[in-house]
Amino acid sequence: MTGNSTTHREPSYLDYQGKYTGIRAWILSTDHKRIALLYMYSQIFFFLAGLVMGLFMKLELIAPGPQLMEAQTYNALFTVHGLTMIFLFIIPGLAASFGNFMIPIMIGAKDVAFPKLNLFSWYLFILGAVIILIGVFSGDGPPDTGWTFYAPYSLKTNTNVVLSVFGAFVLGFSSILTGLNFIVTIHQMRAPGMGFFRMPLFIWSLYGTAWIQLLATPVVGITFLMVVADRMLDIGFFDPAKGGDPVLYQHLFWIYSHPAVYIMILPAMGAITEIITTFSHRTVFGYKAIAMSSLAIAFVGYLVWGHHMFTSGMSETARLVFSFLTFLVAIPSAIKVFNWTATMYKGSISLEPPFWWAMAFIFIFMIGGLTGLVLGSVSTDIHVHDTMFVVAHFHYIVFGGAGIAFFAALHYWYPKMFGKMYNKKVANRALLMLFIGFNTLYLPMFFLGYMGMPRRYYDYLPQFANLNLLSTVGSWIMATALIIVIVNLLRAKKGTPEEMDDPWGGRTLEWKIQSPPSLENFEEIPVVEHEPYELTSK
Amino acid sequence: MSEHKQHISTYKSQILVLLSLIVLTVLTVTITSVHLGAFNTAAAMLIASVKAAIVLLYFMHLKFDEKIYRFMVTLVLAIYAVVIIITFFDYLYR
Repeated sequence: MTGNSTTHREPSYLDYQGKYTGIRAWILSTDHKRIALLYMYSQIFFFLAGLVMGLFMKLELIAPGPQLMEAQTYNALFTVHGLTMIFLFIIPGLAASFGNFMIPIMIGAKDVAFPKLNLFSWYLFILGAVIILIGVFSGDGPPDTGWTFYAPYSLKTNTNVVLSVFGAFVLGFSSILTGLNFIVTIHQMRAPGMGFFRMPLFIWSLYGTAWIQLLATPVVGITFLMVVADRMLDIGFFDPAKGGDPVLYQHLFWIYSHPAVYIMILPAMGAITEIITTFSHRTVFGYKAIAMSSLAIAFVGYLVWGHHMFTSGMSETARLVFSFLTFLVAIPSAIKVFNWTATMYKGSISLEPPFWWAMAFIFIFMIGGLTGLVLGSVSTDIHVHDTMFVVAHFHYIVFGGAGIAFFAALHYWYPKMFGKMYNKKVANRALLMLFIGFNTLYLPMFFLGYMGMPRRYYDYLPQFANLNLLSTVGSWIMATALIIVIVNLLRAKKGTPEEMDDPWGGRTLEWKIQSPPSLENFEEIPVVEHEPYELTSK
Repeated sequence: MSEHKQHISTYKSQILVLLSLIVLTVLTVTITSVHLGAFNTAAAMLIASVKAAIVLLYFMHLKFDEKIYRFMVTLVLAIYAVVIIITFFDYLYR
């Protein structure tokens, strides 16, 4: 690649002082990197809030019988925990933060296609969060429906459902606009010479994600409005007493919310691909297969939502069709895992913290994926449906997969984003602690679910006590590890800047510019002459 | 980015589109009084799809735009069609 120089250093995007200063220089900036950090800080804040709620839930479950709260408080807690973690942390996920930061840089552009729309998306994100927050602290109390807002209960409960549903509706618009922005950016703003098959694989995964954001989110937006209409205007879309169908709600909800799992996990897989390729010091194995598997996951992911509804009263034919389609998703997912393994084979692997995070991701994600097959098969799903097994599987995929990849990406791109390095020893030890805590917390839930403990109950039978106690202890270990991770990164941010342009030996475009990047990323737009991971291109 | 030629629609084509949309709306209402069972929904959705296609092609100029956009829109509509068909595996066989 040509056209890049790191000898002359421009002021970084962090130091750049434009028309505004102080907080206004952030919330009025249309620079994709500053917007990315706005997303990232907001997401981590919401993640910590969700974490505290989770800790209280685990504390309640430390022993049978009421410990800290009554049933209604527990119901509200798991609902708001779900809303916060899903809609405010992991759906924006890696796309809103690392996608925003990296897409223009990795494709050789100065910014996204619509910078003002990008900032507006963040405003909508914060507005949606504020609406949900008002819903939690006002009116008849926080919603108690679970984050899925299943009808007809969401139509009947006296808690503050309307505001929470409307908040999620607003957040949906933020997601749609981000997806639209990314699609146009990737189509229109790639540097000269960067064909689609010269794009880094993180970009491919974000491209697939953006299409899901654009196409699936409107479905849930309309569904949420239908719930509001049912509650406020008494229309009866989902009320059987008025000729409506509650199963229709589940169809519409999961038509979005299953692809939403891929909104969470696809960028995570993209980031893991970048990390494994960089630290294996090899050309990625099966570039096209990985790129196409991102699109295949995005496409097949649209067609499998019914596996959430096997016990909802859906027809036998539909259950079989959905079960069959669900097994198809395993193919592109496995393609990625096999290609990651093949990339590492005979590689010259450097055991740096981001690589360890990626390994933790693969291990945990595989457990999540394989237990997903148990839930995708109708006969076994009926046994474990709505039990703690589902909670365990979900957290292995969403937290163990997307959440761990978020922190993996943060450790990988941290030197690029801030021009500083964190304490690697602390990072490794914290990860080990997190890995132990995570598995101690969630692994017992598989057994609890298999033994018949239902989810979403604040109390349980005495035979489930030991495993629940173990799980609660796991939550303390995991939370401590997460605090260490965050403190380690915050401490590094206060440290002195070092020469950090390419600390890992990365080969994609972001490693060829200064750290932290300048306002416009590139002094002149680069000309791409090689495949993204070619060792000779450095 | 290369500039592409702007297509200016004639009044005649705009009026024809408007008329066809009105006719199809009347047809949507009329067909509800004919008893077709499950096919009532299919007929309503088919007519709505034709209307949407006309709006996309003529009012939104998709017919005169680059092939890639036509491909994208067709693919998106195909995905929605498949989603709706799969949903009906539940309703038709319940």
